[in-house]
Amino acid sequence: MAIVSFTSHLRRVAPSAPVKTAAATLRAALATLAPAHPMLTPYLVDDQGRLRKHVAVFVDGALAPRAQALDLPIGEAAEVHVMQALSGG
Amino acid sequence: MSERLYVATRKGLFEWARKGRGFSLRREFFLGSPVSACLRDPRDGALYVALHLGHFGVKLHRSLDDGASWTELSPPSYAGVAADEDKEAPSLKMIWTLEPGGADEPGLVWCGTLPGGLFSTRDKGETWTLNRPLWDDPRRPEWVGGGYDDPGLHSILVDPRDSRRVVVGISTGGVWETTDGGAHWTLQGEGLRAEYMPPERANDRLMQDVHRLAWCAKHPESVWTQHHNGVFRAAKGPEKWRELKPAVSGFGFAVAAHPTERGTAWFAPARKDEYRYPEAGRFVVTRTRDGGRSFETLTEGLPKPPAYDLVYRHGLEVDEDGQTLALGSTSGGLWFSADGGDAWRAAPARLPPINAVRFG
Repeated sequence: MAIVSFTSHLRRVAPSAPVKTAAATLRAALATLAPAHPMLTPYLVDDQGRLRKHVAVFVDGALAPRAQALDLPIGEAAEVHVMQALSGG
Repeated sequence: MSERLYVATRKGLFEWARKGRGFSLRREFFLGSPVSACLRDPRDGALYVALHLGHFGVKLHRSLDDGASWTELSPPSYAGVAADEDKEAPSLKMIWTLEPGGADEPGLVWCGTLPGGLFSTRDKGETWTLNRPLWDDPRRPEWVGGGYDDPGLHSILVDPRDSRRVVVGISTGGVWETTDGGAHWTLQGEGLRAEYMPPERANDRLMQDVHRLAWCAKHPESVWTQHHNGVFRAAKGPEKWRELKPAVSGFGFAVAAHPTERGTAWFAPARKDEYRYPEAGRFVVTRTRDGGRSFETLTEGLPKPPAYDLVYRHGLEVDEDGQTLALGSTSGGLWFSADGGDAWRAAPARLPPINAVRFG
């Protein structure tokens, strides 16, 4: 199972501890978290379904390209970090 | 007379309570978060606060118990709205203004946004609907950003005599009016003049960068605008405008209109557009009381030069009493007047940059 963790800046809307997921992509992982954390996705994704400009996704330590970050296949043992990009202030 | 003043800043919302001839700081909300707009709905006391988070987008919070608890609402959304030609599909960039509907429309709130959409809710913000007639107008894709990358709808005037008549202002997209609650819109603005356009298009209504619109609530045919390159007044509704000769400068962002005296309005001028600071570092408010024929320059109680405070679109407001004024600057200065601007008193605070001041 992959592990997804969220920046502490998201503590009000995201799981407080890293979560294990069997989802194939980050977008699918967010969907599984939505019932318990309904505000999480709109904090990360804009109203057209795009990753927000100042959110950074790292997969196994590598910054994922913005256009693909939500839909990249996540490996079974992957570690995904969802962070705030410094460009956002 | 309003008992409170809300000050929306780069670092939270500050609530001031009326005390004597001034106000004292009562509560802070959302400290650390940029607040782009706020509203205390006079019909039901609901508080709405729009945040503009650097990383995580636009957020909207509402309190139905006077700030004791807050509910995060889903903000207006452009989901499903198609891209214009050569553009990315639109998304909500900022909530710029929130205005209550009429007294006969409980729960209806209007919302002006970047990239230009006008939204409304009929259930106190639970669900929002994009006004399609305005968005789908074939001229709308010609709107351009004014100070931001995207066009923005910053002013919404609801006629107190007829809630179905609404006038909105867009930077940059001119002055639009509906008389049927938003089903049809007319581009108004004859007489407005855009210095920043080629001469043959200077009077094109679509190209008018009205920085802020305000009207006299008792006589809403008297409309004022602080425009990008001038101050204009429409004495008989927004169809036809006359350029005024304001004191100090034609540039500025804010205008406030007296609630009952049709000829009285206030402005916060600045040196023209390539500078955007008070002329010679002299921070002033100007006032006309004769429909714009003459202007007074008000300085008593405002800081002496050098003072480089700049007032944004929503940074100057007059209360319903017509006497109490609030003025907030991008340097975090906040001033009150209890006598229509004759004298000002600085709030005893150094605040974050101020986006909006709002009585409530």
